Amino acid sequence: MIDRRIRVLIAKPGLDGHDRGAKIVARALRDAGMEVIYTGLRQTPEQIVTAALQEDVDVIGISILSGAHNTILPRICDLLRAQGMEDVLVIVGGIIPDEDIASLKKAGVAEIFQPGASTQEIIAFIRSHSRTAPTGARN
Amino acid sequence: MPFGLPLMSAKNKAGSAVATNAPSRQPSPAELRWQKGILEPALKNAPERLAVFTTLSGVTVERLYTPADLSDFDYARDLGEPGEFPFTRGIHRTMYRGKLWTMRQFSGFGTPEDTNRRLHYLLKQGQTGLSIAFDLPTLMGYDSDHPLAEGEVGKCGVAISSLADMETLLAGLPLEDVSTSMTINSPAAIIWAMYLVVAEKNGASWKKITGTTQNDILKEYIAQKEYIFPPAPSMRLVVDSITFAAREVPRWNPISISGYHIREAGSTAVQELAFTLRDGIEYVEWVRRAGMKVDDFAPRLSFFFNAHNDLFEEIAKYRAARKIWAHVMRDRFGAEDARSWLCRFHTQTAGCSLTAQQPYNNVVRTTIQALAAVLGGTQSLHTNSLDEAWALPTEGAATLALRTQQVLAHESGVTKSVDPLAGSYFLERLTLDTERACLDYFDRIDALGGMVAAIEIGYPQKEIHEAAYAHQQAVERKEKIIVGVNEFEEADERTIPLLVIDESVAQRQREKLAALRRQRDGRKVQETLEALGSAASTDKNLMPYILECVRAYATVGEMCDTLRRVFGTYEEPPFR
Repeated sequence: MIDRRIRVLIAKPGLDGHDRGAKIVARALRDAGMEVIYTGLRQTPEQIVTAALQEDVDVIGISILSGAHNTILPRICDLLRAQGMEDVLVIVGGIIPDEDIASLKKAGVAEIFQPGASTQEIIAFIRSHSRTAPTGARN
Repeated sequence: MPFGLPLMSAKNKAGSAVATNAPSRQPSPAELRWQKGILEPALKNAPERLAVFTTLSGVTVERLYTPADLSDFDYARDLGEPGEFPFTRGIHRTMYRGKLWTMRQFSGFGTPEDTNRRLHYLLKQGQTGLSIAFDLPTLMGYDSDHPLAEGEVGKCGVAISSLADMETLLAGLPLEDVSTSMTINSPAAIIWAMYLVVAEKNGASWKKITGTTQNDILKEYIAQKEYIFPPAPSMRLVVDSITFAAREVPRWNPISISGYHIREAGSTAVQELAFTLRDGIEYVEWVRRAGMKVDDFAPRLSFFFNAHNDLFEEIAKYRAARKIWAHVMRDRFGAEDARSWLCRFHTQTAGCSLTAQQPYNNVVRTTIQALAAVLGGTQSLHTNSLDEAWALPTEGAATLALRTQQVLAHESGVTKSVDPLAGSYFLERLTLDTERACLDYFDRIDALGGMVAAIEIGYPQKEIHEAAYAHQQAVERKEKIIVGVNEFEEADERTIPLLVIDESVAQRQREKLAALRRQRDGRKVQETLEALGSAASTDKNLMPYILECVRAYATVGEMCDTLRRVFGTYEEPPFR
């Protein structure tokens, strides 16, 4: 049994303002029964990690389309480690070329959802991988 | 329809001469005979694929349109002749028989040197106008060496921090002969001032140069979200540039009122049209309040629309746009100069329709979309490249996109007759219905107190999000098919070459900026920035002050910081 609802922070780092995807995912996760906090636009990695800590989230979903992912994502993962928050699931959606996926996963990103991914795939991934997932479902 | 629009509007403040209610449909005896005797038995044997057919935006499409669907249609009132009020058929008498649309490929990446080379290349390939994309730090008013610029320099467009960068960007380009469009909004007045100073230094007369600054801040709050300052001071910057253009740079379009980004954010076709034209109304009201007569600036207002996949829905949108704007300007604002009535527009094919999967399919999508824009009478066109779901285009992909336009222009034959689809029962019905739905939105936004007030309570933002979410759900339920994404998928896809912008661009820009800060006259920079700050707290036109800062090689970031101190910055209402 799940003790509490999965808490997700949807974050939009960088200078880009295209928030169609972030808002659709936030709403789809809410409709799937999760508690979702959306940071709003242009959050620095420090602001995102602070919000994740304060809100005690299980998952951080990051939307990034501008091409700045190789700079921004490893920094968020490093800050999470520095806070001892390694068990927070970090997932990313946006324009991430195939070539960058391996290094981002090595940096600590659990999964990357490229253009065309469905909200159902994202929901399923969170349910089976977040720390509030039913025992045994995590891998 | 997902957006729940009543198609009938009892009255509208645009004063448009449309019938207040579409009459009930009365089929002819021949049509009735066909329905009963032929169609109904046939449907029993072979039912249709779907119970309801809808456009991409969710508007119901009937099986057949006949004269019975156009009993409220009047040729002279609803269409008129080409180049005549209400311009439904086009703003020119001969349209593309006289002059083809301007082929204007949006381009910008990396350093000013990189983009300068691409601009020269595109002109050599037969492109007829320039269009410059700026990177996110520039769009947000930060220099390349600002901490928030890290990872973003040169990625989504060219990095421009000072006049020196603009001089490099425009080196060797014939500024009096080529028109230049610049996609810049919050810092539009600053980037435009840089262009003007480069023109001045190259001996190109401000009276002769042509081009467009996008400068449409309202759609930033609504859709693209690249805003810096709150709405009122932002609108003041727009008004200042429109009035300055009217006096000093008479052939410049000081604003391109844009639906493109509204559509990309997930709106329907009607929302794109309605919010864009209502933004136009808002700008006219603000400039008039600043003391200008409508005919002194309205002829230079220009528009920018999206071209999405649904061919007829898009063509109807462009035709309705011209008709509605003509009525707005003549009837709502009392414009007398016929040039004030014209909805002149640029079109770009829909970036949001491109798929990362099977990217070569994007060439086909772009062709259909470009065809819609041409059949809808656009004045200029950008066709997206097949690789743009992944990155900014490579030179090869950008060339193919330009060739797509050239094939349409010179081989397809669609340019030979003006507004060739006019009179189509389906298209004319769709055009009338699109107009009515748009006017209904005008009424709602007027009732909220205008577009700035509507934005501040998040009204258009919410409407767009609802449409975007409904579309996403329809795709996930396979009610809308996207080839290669939710149907006809391939396990092993061909990969395509992508343009990669590495961090060496940022390094080069930072070095150039450091050298500039050492070499320029620091005292002059301080003086001009202080003068700008002082003028910002009065109601003086800021363009002359910005021009002085630019001439002193003050940077985009320094000018924007000066204005941030006076104007403050904007945070949007939270999304719940």
